[in-house]
Amino acid sequence: MSRFVYADNAATTPMSKTVYNAMQPFLTENYGNPSSLYRFGNKSRQAMQNARKQVATALNAADPSEIIFTGGGSQADNLAITGFMKGLSAKGRTHIITSRIEHHAVLYTCQALEKEGFTVTYLNVDNLGRVDLEQLKSVISDNTALVTIMAANNEIGTIQPIREIAEIAHAHGAVFHTDAVQAVGHMHIDVQEMGIDMLSLSAHKFRGPKGIGALYCRKGIALKPLVYGGGQEKGLCSGTENVAGMVGLGQAITDACGANLDEKMSYVKSLTDKLVKGIMENVPYTHFTGDPENRLPGTASFVFEAIEGEGLILRLDFAGICGSTGSACSTGSLDPSHVLMSIGLPHEIAHGSLRLTLGEQNTEEDVDYLIEKVTEVVASLREMSPVWEDGKPNLTAASELHSH
Amino acid sequence: MAMEYSEKVYDHFSNPRNVGEIADANGVGEVGNAKCGDIMKIYLKVSDDGVIEDVKFKTFGCGAAIATSSMATEMVKGKTIEEALKLTNKAVAEALDGLPPVKMHCSVLAEEALRSAIADYYRRMGKDPEPILGCTADCANCHCENH
Ligand SMILES: Cc1ncc(COP(=O)(O)O)c(C=O)c1O
Ligand code: FES
Ligand SMILES: [Zn+2]
Repeated sequence: MSRFVYADNAATTPMSKTVYNAMQPFLTENYGNPSSLYRFGNKSRQAMQNARKQVATALNAADPSEIIFTGGGSQADNLAITGFMKGLSAKGRTHIITSRIEHHAVLYTCQALEKEGFTVTYLNVDNLGRVDLEQLKSVISDNTALVTIMAANNEIGTIQPIREIAEIAHAHGAVFHTDAVQAVGHMHIDVQEMGIDMLSLSAHKFRGPKGIGALYCRKGIALKPLVYGGGQEKGLCSGTENVAGMVGLGQAITDACGANLDEKMSYVKSLTDKLVKGIMENVPYTHFTGDPENRLPGTASFVFEAIEGEGLILRLDFAGICGSTGSACSTGSLDPSHVLMSIGLPHEIAHGSLRLTLGEQNTEEDVDYLIEKVTEVVASLREMSPVWEDGKPNLTAASELHSH
Repeated sequence: MAMEYSEKVYDHFSNPRNVGEIADANGVGEVGNAKCGDIMKIYLKVSDDGVIEDVKFKTFGCGAAIATSSMATEMVKGKTIEEALKLTNKAVAEALDGLPPVKMHCSVLAEEALRSAIADYYRRMGKDPEPILGCTADCANCHCENH
C-alpha cells in the first residue's frame, strides 16, 4: 500500500489552485513590463498595485507603499537588517540585538555585519525556545539600532512575545524587525497593533509561489538598497518585477489571512494535537520540543532517544512521508541544529529530531498514518541501535534528562 | 544541504544485512560516540583457522552509516582475518557505488569498527593488536572535526 503524506509545510507548501489561476494570465498573455509607457504595461502595473494593497491589508499596514516586494524571505531579512544598519535611520547606532534561534538568513547577515564592525548580541532562549526578555532589557542601550527577533521559529514552532519585545525596543529608541516567514498566514499579525516596524514574509510558506516575498517597512524608515539598478521597489530592490509572483503572493496572503484564518488555525491545531498525543503515547523515550502553549498550529517537533534523524527521514520517505530533521548528518555538518542546541538539548539526543508540520490540506487519515509509521520506523531503527538495550536507551545523558 | 544516495546505499539502508548481535562472539569492537552522531558496534565469530564465520553489527547513525555497516559486514563474511584487514573505507564506499563527500566519514567509521573488533579478537588470542588499530574510540585523537 503506498500513501503519500506531505508533512513538511514549514519547508514549503503546495501552491493553491486559486493562486495558480490568479497568476496564470501574467505568465502568458499579460507579459507587459510594468514600467513601460504604452498601455499594454498597464495591466501588469495595476496587478502589482493590487497585490501590494492585498499584502498591506493582510498585515494591517497603514499604506501599500510600505510593502517592498523581494525575491523571498531571505532577501527581505537581508534588506531589513543590512539595509537598516547601513541606512540613515540607524542614526549612527551600531548595536543589533537578535536571538540564537533565528533562521540563517538573519544569523548569517548579523555575522557578516559583525565582521564589518557592528556589534551583535545573540539573546538566549529558555528550554521552550522563548527569548530571555530580562537579558534583552539588560543589554539594550542607546547604541542599539535594531532588535530583530523572529515571530515564530521554523524548527520548533515557538511563538515569541512580539509586543513586549517591540515595547522594550521602542523604549530605547531602537527599531523592531521580525522575521515572520513562518508566522504569516498561520497566526494573526497586525503590524500597527503589535508595534512592528519591519516584517519579513515569504509567499511559499502560505500556499503562494516560491521566490517572492516582501518586507513591510514602516513609513519614515530609510533603508540602504539591497539591489541597485532600474529603481524598482523604491530603488531598494531593483529589477524588472516578478509580476506573476506578486499577484500570487497577493492572492495567497488574502486567502491565508482572510476571514477563515481562525477556522483554519483551529482545524490544523486539532490535527497537530492529535499527532503529538499519538506519538508521545506510542513511542517511549520521546521528548516534545518547543512551547506546548504558544506555538504555530501546524508544528509538531520531537526528539527520539537512541536514533539518528537522517535515517528516520529516509525510512519515512520509503513509507511515502515527507518530514524533516535537525540532525547533524542531515545538514552535512557534525553539529545538530543551532535551535535544538540553544534550547539545551544534549548533542546525543538532538541527533534524533523529527519535525512534522501540517497544513490545511492534511487530513485525520494522514495523522493516523503518520502516527503508525513514525512508531514503526523509530522502533526499527532502535532495533539496530547500539545505544538501545532491553527496550530503553543506555546513554548516560539520556537517563540524566529523564531524571528531571 | 540535501544530497543524493546511490540505489545501492538505499538498498543497504532499507534492507540492511547482518543486523544484530552474536552471543558467543570472540571479537567485539565499538567506535564513534553519540555526540558525533555515529556509533558502530561490530561482533565477529572467528573460527579456529582464522575465518570470519559470522559477523553482525549495530549502528546509531545516518543512512550512510547504516549502509556502510551493512556492506562492510557483507564484504568480510567468510573471509580470513588477514583478508578482512585489507578492507578499506574506499572499497566499502565503491561497493556502494560511491557516497556523497560529506558522508565519507561514515565509511571510515565502518573500517575502524571492523579493525577494533579484530583487535579485540587479537587480544583474546593473546596477540598484540597495536599494529592494526586505527580509531580507538578515543575522540580526543580522532578525525572527527567536532573535537
Ligand atoms: C524563519 C524563516 N526565515 C526565513 C526563511 C527564508 O525564506 P525564503 O526561503 O523564502 O528565502 C525561512 C524559510 O526557510 C524561514 O523559515
Ligand atoms: S568518530 Fe569520534 S572516535 Fe572515531
Ligand atoms: Zn553520518
